[in-house]
Amino acid sequence: MILLDVASWALILAGSAFIIVGALGILRFPDVYTRMHAASVIDTLGAGFLFAGLMLQAGFTQVTLKLLFILLLFFFTGPVITHALAQAALHAGLKPEIDEDRRDRLRDGSLPDAGRQP
Amino acid sequence: MRLISFGMILFLFWLSLSGYFKAFLLTGGLLCTLFVLYVSRRMKLLDSEGYPAHLLAAASTYWPWLLWEIIKAGWSVTKAILKPGRSISPVMTRVVAGQHTSAGIATYANSITLTPGTITTGVKGNILTVHALERSGALDLEDGGMDARVSRFERGG
Repeated sequence: MILLDVASWALILAGSAFIIVGALGILRFPDVYTRMHAASVIDTLGAGFLFAGLMLQAGFTQVTLKLLFILLLFFFTGPVITHALAQAALHAGLKPEIDEDRRDRLRDGSLPDAGRQP
Repeated sequence: MRLISFGMILFLFWLSLSGYFKAFLLTGGLLCTLFVLYVSRRMKLLDSEGYPAHLLAAASTYWPWLLWEIIKAGWSVTKAILKPGRSISPVMTRVVAGQHTSAGIATYANSITLTPGTITTGVKGNILTVHALERSGALDLEDGGMDARVSRFERGG
């Protein structure tokens, strides 16, 4: 299937392009927090398009299912890791370089009806 | 009920990873499934937070929506990376999570982090602290569009 090959290669190339762009962003951006934004392009768009292309190559097989599981694993663990990294940097006292601090628009802490039940 | 559906998911997961259908191996997979079920029950993991089975139907419409948000946000971060000169306007802000359950708030916080350009750096009660790469991204979150969508997901719609 030539059409399938074209589509899969387009997706693989798009994914690779986003990974390069993300790497460029990690080099360009000024501090750890902004660099994490660039890294998140890699593990969402980069990995997503790359895996979509690989799934088209594999077709309806067990390989596609395994690729899907890996992608799901990315999407569930990725934000947790990013969050842990950002919070660790803040705890270590690393000040983000920001143009505007809008944090005081809300008081830190719970509102009266804060939901905590599971 | 929860136990049975979780057991079926576990066994199907085992099957799809193994791909073998010999009686001996199937029995092995079944034994593994039962052991994992026993352990997760003992650890009390199968509550509505650890195994939110009731959200599965809602997830089928939420995930495509989130995927589209990720693509849009990823594209704007890509443009910010490739634009010459200073193209970013980092902002930190706080937003309210309108969800009523831990699983709902976790979904909202993770969705914010998953979309490129915004990262949840802290959660206290239902106030999320967010670092945004661009000012517009922070303002979008303050508007609460994603918050409303996650609340709908939490209610099962």
